[in-house]
Amino acid sequence: MATQRNTRLGRLALIGVPALWLTLFVAVPFAIVVRISLSESVIAMPPYEPVFDLSAGFAAFAEALGRLDFDKFVFLTTDPLYLESYLSSIRIAGLSTAIILAVGYPIAYAMARAPKGTQPLLVMLVVLPFWTSFLIRVYAWMGILARDGFLNQALGGLGLISEPLDILSTDTAVMIGIVYSYLPFMVLPLYASLEKMDLSLLEAAADLGCPPWQAFWRITVPLSLPGVVAGCLLVFIPAVGEFVIPDLLGGSDTLMIGKTLWSEFFSNRDWPVASAVAVVLLVALLVPIGIYQHMQARQLEADR
Amino acid sequence: MADVIRQQQLGGVRREFAPWTDPAAAPLIRFDAVTKRFGDVAAVDGVSLDIYEREFFALLGPSGCGKTTLMRLLAGFETPDAGRVLLGGEDISAVPPHLRPVNMMFQSYALFPHMSVAANIAFGPKMDGWPRARVDARVGQMLKLVQLDGLGARKPHQLSGGQRQRVALARSLAKSPKVLLLDEPMAALDKKLREETQFELMHIQYELGMTFVIVTHDQEEAMTVADRIGVMDKGRLVQVGTPAEIYEQPNSRYVADFIGDVTLFKGTLEGRDGDVALVRERTSGVLLRALAGMADAAPGATVWIAVRPEKARISPDPLPPDTPNVLSGEVFDIAYLGDLSIYKVRRPDGTFMKASQPNATRLVERPIGWDDKVWLSFAPEAGVLLTR
Ligand SMILES: Nc1ncnc2c1ncn2[C@@H]1O[C@H](COP(=O)(O)OP(=O)(O)O)[C@@H](O)[C@H]1O
Ligand SMILES: [Mg+2]
Repeated sequence: MATQRNTRLGRLALIGVPALWLTLFVAVPFAIVVRISLSESVIAMPPYEPVFDLSAGFAAFAEALGRLDFDKFVFLTTDPLYLESYLSSIRIAGLSTAIILAVGYPIAYAMARAPKGTQPLLVMLVVLPFWTSFLIRVYAWMGILARDGFLNQALGGLGLISEPLDILSTDTAVMIGIVYSYLPFMVLPLYASLEKMDLSLLEAAADLGCPPWQAFWRITVPLSLPGVVAGCLLVFIPAVGEFVIPDLLGGSDTLMIGKTLWSEFFSNRDWPVASAVAVVLLVALLVPIGIYQHMQARQLEADR
Repeated sequence: MADVIRQQQLGGVRREFAPWTDPAAAPLIRFDAVTKRFGDVAAVDGVSLDIYEREFFALLGPSGCGKTTLMRLLAGFETPDAGRVLLGGEDISAVPPHLRPVNMMFQSYALFPHMSVAANIAFGPKMDGWPRARVDARVGQMLKLVQLDGLGARKPHQLSGGQRQRVALARSLAKSPKVLLLDEPMAALDKKLREETQFELMHIQYELGMTFVIVTHDQEEAMTVADRIGVMDKGRLVQVGTPAEIYEQPNSRYVADFIGDVTLFKGTLEGRDGDVALVRERTSGVLLRALAGMADAAPGATVWIAVRPEKARISPDPLPPDTPNVLSGEVFDIAYLGDLSIYKVRRPDGTFMKASQPNATRLVERPIGWDDKVWLSFAPEAGVLLTR
């Protein structure tokens, strides 16, 4: 009897702790943001007037619910700036993700096929950059990409270019920054899925007449697909909302939703519109997360 | 034991097939003084072996003796450090695995987990560029052969261990390779399924007329399925022969002991009496007689006589004085196996000897019991003289 209650308690704690965590740090903040997005801007501190006043009781709440308008969300559709920011973010993040996949796959593959003893060292090297502040590493790229930076000096010194390249303050610089910063998030899940692959499968393929290059496409790639999907999502989702990299490496014409959100919030002090931008971004990103969840569930099923 | 008898019955069909006795026959597979080292360990150590077309050959030996490595040398996954591997008379040492007309059934099955059963079986034929219709027909045929009709759409993880083993077999057979290599194909199956599969394999091999090389550490399995057996020890091939040769004429204590039950008498060779060698047993001082056979040892050398339990006679009464090789002792242990009983007898010098006796009559007049004093003997032709 007692043990039964203990297991029930244990199970409750097991589910309860993460549930509490998610409620406190995801659901509640999101509710606050939604609430602000439905409010009116005013010149005050904080600069919005809440629609809901929870202390006024249930009747007032129900009445407020009836008065709700979604004018901030409607506003987002009237100014093309917002749509363009979203699309440009997706384009930059998508292109960067593709480049990271192309660069990260060979790295992860080489790591997974390296001698077992050196693999922990290689994993360490991949995560080593995290030991330095992200901000400092992005600043360093400013020094590299500037007109008189390392890259132009090196290329000029080698006689490869006569005029310095204008890379800093362009979308290219933003993508270089994203590729550099997010590469480990691609390499690690790819490595994990490639490392656990049974190499006798490749021998079996060769045995049945499959040359090595084809075995890579027919066996290795399909079996590493879960790692590819996980890596792409881990890179793409934060890259869409990225603010620091476009702010430091991008130009004034670099459109990314993180930057737009920041200027709504701090320059225009329009909290409701900024919140609406954030809500739309989150909802949009739920789509790829949903796809990922679906694939994970299928993978779990397959592994059973 | 039962398998030995079965093999001999089956031998009725196969007695004609013995290309290894024909000096003019060209082997399909030839290992020519092949050595393969991993670091300091010679996994395969100077192995020379001929295997003939349509032969069912078994590589037998304890775990780690180099069976898998020898097979991988043939499949092309390892390259020899010394020696040559020939297939149909051509040196294939430099041919990569995907170009060798040899297929292998892996010990781990190595089924492609992301492909259906049908796609797994179709993989080889597709790689060879067979037309679609022919591939499909072949897959159907293979599924039928291994009795998996209707399961073509399943993924490997949806199958039982025995079914997976069949898929692996079907996949390796699909291209009708010249040679099929089977690496402990039945290790993961339970005893009953294993026995059924052994007979199925023999049937398939006979029907398809292919050359099978099977790796196993199970001597009964090797005796059941194979035309010839190669016994391995620490990378070396210590004896090659038919199951009966290996059982009846082992060439070393290692082989005698590895295949079946045996009692070994250690002694000094004193001389010969015609075909019969005279051996003075070390522990008891008894003079034993055994056929000298091929063994070439000088008087004074240390030799062993191996006697199979079923070739020893056991009696509750003293034996007539002219009986050769009479020993005595007390019954230490009895194993009743239904069709026969095996007696383990403790001799006065502390050594043991095994003798078995068929339980032919139900009512034995004077049954032999524990601690009974018994007399043992074996004919000189029943003892095998061993020099190593
Ligand atoms: N790839 C390898 N690297 C190092 N040693 C190996 C390798 N493959 C096999 N060996 C060694 O070679 C010996 C023979 O192995 P194996 O051929 O697998 O034996 P078996 O199949 O008879 O059990 C063993 O000692 C094993 O440890
Ligand atoms: Mg093995």
